[in-house]
Formats: sequence, C-alpha cells, structure tokens
Amino acid sequence: MALKTEEMVLNMGPQHPSTHGVLRLELVIEGEIIKNVTPHIGYLHRCFEKHCEVMTYPQIIPYTDRMDYLASMCNEFGYVVAVERLMGIEVPERVEYIRVIMAELQRIASHLVAIGTYGADIGAFTPFLFCFRDREKILNLFEITCGARLLYNYIWIGGVMHDLHPDFIRLTKEFIKEFRPNLKELNDLLTFNQIFIDRTANVGILPAETAINYGITGPNLRASGVNWDLRINDPYSIYDRFDFKIPVGKGENGTVGDCWNRYYMRILEMEESLKIVEQAINQIPDGDVSSAIPKRVKPPAGQIYSRVENPRGELGYFIVSDGSVNPTRIKVRAPSFVNMVVFGELCKGHMVADVVAILGSIDIVLGEIDR
Amino acid sequence: MGLLDKQFTDDNIIITKVEDLLNWARLSSLWQMGFGLACCAIEMMATSASHYDFDRFGVIPRPSPRQSDVIIISGTVTFKMAIRIKRLYEQMPDHKYVISMGSCSNCGGPYWEHGYHVLKGVDRVIPVDVYVPGCPPRPEALLEGLLKLQEKIRNETLVSKTA
Repeated sequence: MALKTEEMVLNMGPQHPSTHGVLRLELVIEGEIIKNVTPHIGYLHRCFEKHCEVMTYPQIIPYTDRMDYLASMCNEFGYVVAVERLMGIEVPERVEYIRVIMAELQRIASHLVAIGTYGADIGAFTPFLFCFRDREKILNLFEITCGARLLYNYIWIGGVMHDLHPDFIRLTKEFIKEFRPNLKELNDLLTFNQIFIDRTANVGILPAETAINYGITGPNLRASGVNWDLRINDPYSIYDRFDFKIPVGKGENGTVGDCWNRYYMRILEMEESLKIVEQAINQIPDGDVSSAIPKRVKPPAGQIYSRVENPRGELGYFIVSDGSVNPTRIKVRAPSFVNMVVFGELCKGHMVADVVAILGSIDIVLGEIDR
Repeated sequence: MGLLDKQFTDDNIIITKVEDLLNWARLSSLWQMGFGLACCAIEMMATSASHYDFDRFGVIPRPSPRQSDVIIISGTVTFKMAIRIKRLYEQMPDHKYVISMGSCSNCGGPYWEHGYHVLKGVDRVIPVDVYVPGCPPRPEALLEGLLKLQEKIRNETLVSKTA
C-alpha cells in the first residue's frame, strides 16, 4: 500500500550556514525528495552597474573587487583587459607576467576556500582548517605586493599599482614548494576519502548537453567532460605562452559531471595553476610597470564584450562608451549567476541533505550573483 | 581556570561580586552567530580558521540565533536583508551583543552615495556595541573589536547594561 504524501514547502536561508552567503532557497519537498527548488536572490544587491554609470573608469576597479570577493584579482584583470582592448593600450611585458601570477595565485586561493567550505558543508571540518592555512600564505604574498588581504585594487588600467616586492619571487617559490605536499595531504584527507566519495559521487549529475544549454562555464562545465577554458580557447593576456593542461571530468568515482567530479576539477586546476605560476616567475622580465598607465582614461565611443576565465567560469564585461570619462553602461556576465540557473534542475529527485552537497559543488559567490 | 590556578593555600573559596562572576562567565564564552553577509564574512571565516583562531577567546560559531550571544554583522546590509537581520537579532536571547564589522555595516562603506539598495549603517535597525573599521577589516582588527566587547562586558552592572 502506497502511503499518501503531501507536498511541503521548506524555506532555507537567507541565514543558513551552507548557502555561502545570503541566498534563500524555497524547496518543495515530498517526504525527503526534492520536487522543485526556487532560488531567491537579491539579498546582496549592491548596485554595481549603477555605480559604473557615475564613476570614472579607474574608480570602478575597487567595485569590481567586491563582486566576486574570493577572486578579486581575476575580476580586476577581466575589467582592465576589457578597457585596454577598448582603448587599444599595449601593456609592458612585465605587467602581463605580474597579472598572470596574481590571477593564478588568486585562483588557487579561491579554490581553496571552495574546497574548504565544501568539506565543512557536508560534515568534514578539518579540511577547512587545512585550506585556510594554505590560503593565508597566498594572502601574505598579496599583502607584501599591495598591502591588502582580500580586496586589492592592484591591477590598474595599463599597468599595476606598483612593482613586486623584492622578496616576492623567493617567497612564491617557497610557497609552491610547501603547497605541493599539502595538496597531496588534502587529497588523502578528503578527496579520496570513502565517506566523502559516498556523499558526493553520483549526486547532482550534470550531463554535458544540459551544461552547454544552460551556459554553464568554468570547472562546472569541465567536470561534465567539455574541454572549454578561455585561457586556451580564447586566449587573453599571455596565457598562450605557458604550458598547462585543462583538466576534464572523467567520472573516476561515479558518473561524469557529478558533485565529486566538480570538486575534483578544482583540485586538478590548482595543480595546473601552480605550473603556470612556476613558469611565469621563472620567465618574468625586468621593466617598468607604470609606463603604459594613461593619465586620463577616456576610451573612444564604442562598445566591447571581453571575457576572461575566472575561478568560477567565464566572467564577461560588456562596456558601452560614449567617449567621456564615465562609461555609459557596464553589464557583467557573472559566472556564478549563470551557474546558479541549473541548480534547480540538479536538485530534482534528490534528498534534502543533497541540496547542500550540490550547492557547495557549484561554488557560488553571492556578491557576484546579486552584484 | 588559569587566573585562579595555585592561588589558594588551603580552602578554595572565592569571595567575589555576583556581577563580576556573571560578567566573567559571559565574556569568556561569547557564542557567535555563524552568519556571513558579504566580503567581510570571508575575513570572519579566516579569523575563525587556523591562523587567527577565534576559539581561544571562547567564540564558537553557532548556526542558530537562539543559541548565540553575539552577532557579527559582516558585510553590506541591503534593504532586503535589513528586515531579516532585525528579526534574527530579536530571536537572540538576552544579553545579546552586536559587532558591526567593516565600513559597509558601519556606514554604508563604498556604497554610501549611489547604493540605492544599501542600508547606510546597520545601527539604523539594531543597536551596535562595537564598530570595527576597515574594508574589509583585518582579522587582527576583528579580534581587537572582540576584545573591546569583552572589556565592555567586564564593566557591566546588574542595574544597567552599559556601564
């Protein structure tokens, strides 16, 4: 005899430790099975695009920091590349190398937070402490470079704020040497832990076709088996000079595109980022870092869409300029926002407890979703 | 009991004021509501993680407002969120304390002028005990704010909350 069940609406958030900020989810459940999920966003809407209308181009850089606050350097990088393309500025070699080093270190730091909080979300608290220990070392590198730990305003249009600290190269080499064994330790502790695999493998499977249809980018797309990375497929800056691989999900412990795969992509990407940083600090040329910074940023009238590979996916800036010192309009294609769209699809038919596992594996940042 | 360790010669009887005992108990186990709003929440997480370690001051994150003593407003408070924050604050049991972390929750921060959806300071909806400046404040700054709050609690009397 089948039991009669009724649908129930369960509210999750905005104050919930596993929603990675102020996200509210409205779950329609039948027993413990998810029937439908409606995300409610806008609890952190900080009016980024309105600010862009009244600020000058260099003034916008600090606001881009505060969008995806786990990957500030990458946000600045994307914005600055867009404005430089609009203005036709050639950037000195050394600046390009510094930017790549910063962006890749930031990618590692961002993935460390993603992995640490993912572990904490589904019940493994120790990896969180391990990840933050390593992240502090990267933040120290940023701190000696520009004085800030989280929001940097370091990458400027046409250059960077100032040159690297004399000790930077040595300290970065030391960090890489220390970090490689730590990554292995993290793998032993969490990645290949049977409890963790049981909790995440075969959960929230995202097939490649669905991912492409929804416009998913970044590690989430690559976990579904699609080889797509803007650093290779649409190279910007000097990424074509480095030798690195794009990790693609293979479904080692379950199905291609499940939560474990999405998590594992971030581990593999950190290794690749280490390789890029290693090559860049060995090749970095001498030179001036501020020679190409324009006195007055006044792009010609026109518009441009420029995109970079953020830790969370394709970050695009659409800038419309009317030839004045303020942009007419800046539209941001935020990767977290687009990746969030597929969330409801992934949750259907899973248990309530899996919602947290799926949400953590998508790795959203609310500052970027709401802007 | 580090302070009182080996302070007694024979009987371990302490003579103290009720106020002092209560204050000592309150300030030594400030349970914090694990509640992140924006960028500052990342620094708050860093403060509670391995390098800075909140726990040594008795601050343990709790997921529910009903179990917590202190709420750290870590980040930009928008209008949509302000109502929720007020309600969360009202759900906390008394003696409750508020630390406003970062420029955004102090006064609106970088969004003070054009942020049409940003509350210009969380003190417009709930009373704030300690303001921590910075955008975002360093973990050391948050720890300093916490020590200031402990100092404040130490001087409380039973008659009035603020000494």
